[in-house]
Amino acid sequence: MGFPVLTAILLSPIIGALISVFIPKEESKIIKAVAGITTFISLVLTIILYIVYYTQYVKTGIGGFAFTEDIPWVADLGVIYSLGVDGFSLPMLLLTNIIGFTSVFSRSWSVEKRAKEFYILLLILITGVMGTFIARDLFIFFLFYEVVVIPIYIMVIIWGSGSKTKDVTKEYAGMKLTIYLLIGSAFLLAAMIWMYKEAAGILGTPTFDIAKLATIDFSTQFQIVVFGMMAFGFTCLLSMFPFHSWSPDGYAGAPTAVSMIHAGVLKKIGGYGLIRIGLFILPVGAKFWAPLIAIFAVANVVYAALICLAQKDMKYVVGYSSVSHMGFVLIGVASMNIIGLNGAVANMFAHGVMSALFFSMVGYIYAATKSRYIPDLGGLAHQMPVAAVGFVVAAMASAGLPGLVSFVPEFTTFVGAFKEPSLQIPAIIALTGVVLGAVYVLRMVANVLFGPRKEEWDHVEDIKGSYWIPVVVLIVFIVAFGVFPSLLMDMVDSGVQPIAAKLVQATTAAAQMGGSI
Amino acid sequence: MIDFALHNAWLIPLLPAIAFLLIFLVFRPLPKVSAFIGITAIFLSFVLAVHVGIGVIQAGDQFVEHPLKQVVTWFEMSGLKIEMGVQIDPTSAMMLFMVSLVALMVNIYSLGYMHGDQAFSRFYAFLALFAMSMLGLVIAPNLLQMFVFWELVGLCSYLLIGFWWHKYSAREAAKKAFITTRTGDFGLLLGILLLQINFGTLDLMTLGEMIPNFQEYTNLSVGGLTAIAAILFLGPIGKSGQFPLHVWLPDAMEGPTPVSALIHAATMVVAGVYLVGRSLILFQTVPGAMAFVAFMGGFTALFAATIAITQTEMKKILAYSTVSQLGYMMLALGAGSLTGGMFHLFTHAFFKSLMFLGAGSVLHAMNNDADIWKYGGLKKKMPITYWTFLIGCLAIAGIFPFAGFFSKDEILLVVKEASHGAQFAGLYTLLFWMATITAALTAFYMFRMFFICFHGEPRDKSFHPHEAPFSMAFPLVVLSIFSIFGGFIGAPWVEHGFGYYVRLGEYHHPSVDWAIIIVSTILALGSIFLAYWIYGKKAVSHEALAQKFAPLYKISFNKYYIDEIYLWLIHNVLDGLGRALWWFDITVVDGIINGIGNAAKILGSILRRVQTGKLQHYALVLFAGVVILVLIMSFADTSSASLSLLGGVR
Repeated sequence: MGFPVLTAILLSPIIGALISVFIPKEESKIIKAVAGITTFISLVLTIILYIVYYTQYVKTGIGGFAFTEDIPWVADLGVIYSLGVDGFSLPMLLLTNIIGFTSVFSRSWSVEKRAKEFYILLLILITGVMGTFIARDLFIFFLFYEVVVIPIYIMVIIWGSGSKTKDVTKEYAGMKLTIYLLIGSAFLLAAMIWMYKEAAGILGTPTFDIAKLATIDFSTQFQIVVFGMMAFGFTCLLSMFPFHSWSPDGYAGAPTAVSMIHAGVLKKIGGYGLIRIGLFILPVGAKFWAPLIAIFAVANVVYAALICLAQKDMKYVVGYSSVSHMGFVLIGVASMNIIGLNGAVANMFAHGVMSALFFSMVGYIYAATKSRYIPDLGGLAHQMPVAAVGFVVAAMASAGLPGLVSFVPEFTTFVGAFKEPSLQIPAIIALTGVVLGAVYVLRMVANVLFGPRKEEWDHVEDIKGSYWIPVVVLIVFIVAFGVFPSLLMDMVDSGVQPIAAKLVQATTAAAQMGGSI
Repeated sequence: MIDFALHNAWLIPLLPAIAFLLIFLVFRPLPKVSAFIGITAIFLSFVLAVHVGIGVIQAGDQFVEHPLKQVVTWFEMSGLKIEMGVQIDPTSAMMLFMVSLVALMVNIYSLGYMHGDQAFSRFYAFLALFAMSMLGLVIAPNLLQMFVFWELVGLCSYLLIGFWWHKYSAREAAKKAFITTRTGDFGLLLGILLLQINFGTLDLMTLGEMIPNFQEYTNLSVGGLTAIAAILFLGPIGKSGQFPLHVWLPDAMEGPTPVSALIHAATMVVAGVYLVGRSLILFQTVPGAMAFVAFMGGFTALFAATIAITQTEMKKILAYSTVSQLGYMMLALGAGSLTGGMFHLFTHAFFKSLMFLGAGSVLHAMNNDADIWKYGGLKKKMPITYWTFLIGCLAIAGIFPFAGFFSKDEILLVVKEASHGAQFAGLYTLLFWMATITAALTAFYMFRMFFICFHGEPRDKSFHPHEAPFSMAFPLVVLSIFSIFGGFIGAPWVEHGFGYYVRLGEYHHPSVDWAIIIVSTILALGSIFLAYWIYGKKAVSHEALAQKFAPLYKISFNKYYIDEIYLWLIHNVLDGLGRALWWFDITVVDGIINGIGNAAKILGSILRRVQTGKLQHYALVLFAGVVILVLIMSFADTSSASLSLLGGVR
């Protein structure tokens, strides 16, 4: 057992937030440094965990949860403060910490006022997101998830911004985002309580333990209904068509750090929950809904990619692009086989680092020029060559360039999808997203960065000082996991195996039952 | 050393990769050091490649059937294993030699050509990145590794076409190149996925064994496999500039000329030909796919040649010529001859990069003014460029004994043989004549350019052309030597020539078909003479000719208006769809959400009125409630449910 490393990772930002409370608000640099140091501690601990788990659990084939902590909390209700990581949650935890740390050093011009409150909320937000990924108890998972919603809302409406291309205020964006998250979570809560009651009836003792819940064979009817409710909640969060429209508005309205965290990790809670809770506990229900998810997934990819072509606001391009990329995740989920699920999970990680870099660069340019309206910009590589490099790397990762993080996940997802005969046509349609993705990002790159110098932007400063951190850290991860994909894929594979096995088992059981009838 | 090179061939792409990192991350502020690192790395790769080549030749035909393979697992999961590694056989050894040699020459040439450019270091960094990617593609033992490096060379092409990104035209050309090739890559990736799903592997050797007996391993029909091959071929169509995705290649000339020579003439654009060559078994198994490849190639060859005859910029002419020659190579592959396709790829790399570098030398001398009608009489001012360019022109025209003569005749020969085959004989006969006409057109447009640029009197006196510096002249000389003698390795009188090593199936000693030799030589010489007649001797006014054939001239000059059609489609259909969907998203999807939100608001504003805050209102409601309850209780049946609802109060 030993040192409760996961709690330490969780607490580090919270301690940072507590320290910041006592720092005078004029000292915004110190507050930022505190936020940077505490998130850095979490990041380093997570990287160590990742390496230890990779060498001792993945390479040896042991797998399963490690670094577990179990403290009974509300014993009567069966709530346990139960943490742990496996090959599925560790990449997500790593992603959270990478983005958490780098988002502290992102730039938004609006954060110059009330910096103290901003960083305190940011640290709480980061902790909340981390908690969802390492909770092994459904109740704790949900608790952390709710912790996330409040800071997001406050941060968007205080430090957010409106758009020039769409009649959207930051208040509208923040409200829309929050209501979506809350409606989603209402369905989740209902599904969760129902499942809890049903499980308590079967087991005799109440429990929120995900692993225990997954051992129960819920009736088919029950699984279909409850998975449906859960899937609604989680896919709202994952911005699945047609419940996606909060996402571009929300990201566009949010300050840079929030866009990074939201697009990078927060929406991945949807995918994480869908797989970890939905598929794992309710495999039969999941199989029932898979065709519908596949159809919506294709809509996500193609519909959002086509809308990207019509965007003139940088943040909307990246926002809709992230909706489009979530389609790849959903296709992987819908394939319900191990290759597709590996692809889905790896895609979540890949999209996380890449969209964080993209939002960070877009946010930087917005903060420097005070404009995100693409026709106003142009030739910015003259004034900000470093930001241009970051921007191009993000764009290329978004376009799925091999050698960068997103190629192998996308390829794997498609292999998984093509393995299912019923998914082949949807997968072929979704593959056009690869071409469309290149079209919209390269258009934006060309129109924002390249072309003749515009003198009106001669006053803007290139990335310097601590603003280098997001560029360097994110590019290192984007390239490292792109060149050595097994660092990610082995890990993910080890985490997804039990879930995939559960799906196979459920299918064969269903087939046998069908046979006996 | 040979043994070392054979077993450490992975160093060949790795050295430029290290050079890229060093230049990009460390030495960017020092242009001379950057160039030194870049040239050293590619030189070492070249040395290794030469030794690999010698090793392969010494081994005889041992490597043809049993390539030397070294792989490591790239990533793996249950049911999917992807490797990265090196496959050395004569085909890849030939490519390693050719790519590293041309890359080395271009690196040296760029010392002079890019001298003084603001981003000199960045140029060398990108050249190194490109060399890494191209060499990695060449040695790929499986299709996914090929795809990975295929995309990376595409990235380098994008970065180098847009090297002068501050120019509007360069940035648009770079974007166009990437997107157009990406469109083809959609097919390539889909084809790769379908092969992976059906055969469970992407390894070239394993696929080569499985595909001929595909019915044993898969449920695919002949039609299914033909479809996969045709889909896969979309990738080469994009990358190798075949019709209808050729549109990016002429625009790619916006990049610096050394880039055009290296990427858009000798190496990257032949990746498509190489890929088809590597997976030729797939195409050969299904004759329909072969015919498709042959037809696309033959058609592109003729199509691009008809455009090249009216263009007015050296690099544009050379670009269309490249498109045309790539079509030639595809045609050879489509006729079933790996030898023919690869041989022409090999010789073409030298004479075409030679001509591009020559054109660069001319552009350099003419202050980058691209219009050939301003040139003239450059022969006296630039003798080295003149003579080397002439060698290039003779080689591409297919004049004995220059390199192109052997490889072009080889292609005509194999197409003619295919036209006597069992299937699609009529098609191959047609293609044979198309190829012959193309050969004549090629000689004509090349010498048209040659006479306009180098002969006669200077048309624009404001230029002061000068011969290229040594760093630029040296590569011209080296490449012209290969353009003269490069074809001998495949000459009929060589015992174990090119075809002995680079082949698929049994070795056929190249035979001599005098009919083809005589016809093609007469046509080439005739075309050269015609070009001389019009543009050299000016016996016929070319303007009058253009007038006389005005409609044809216009169509050719405007490249069959294909660019315009594509632009219209993109701006109206694709973007239109995007705008329509955005409108849908805002009005319908958001509209429903906002509608629900507003409904809740309205409901709230109605219910809000209940909360008046006035005590008498609440008292009134309380009183009314009591009255209603009493009424219910007094009228209700005792056995009815309403009473139990009230808790049985009486």
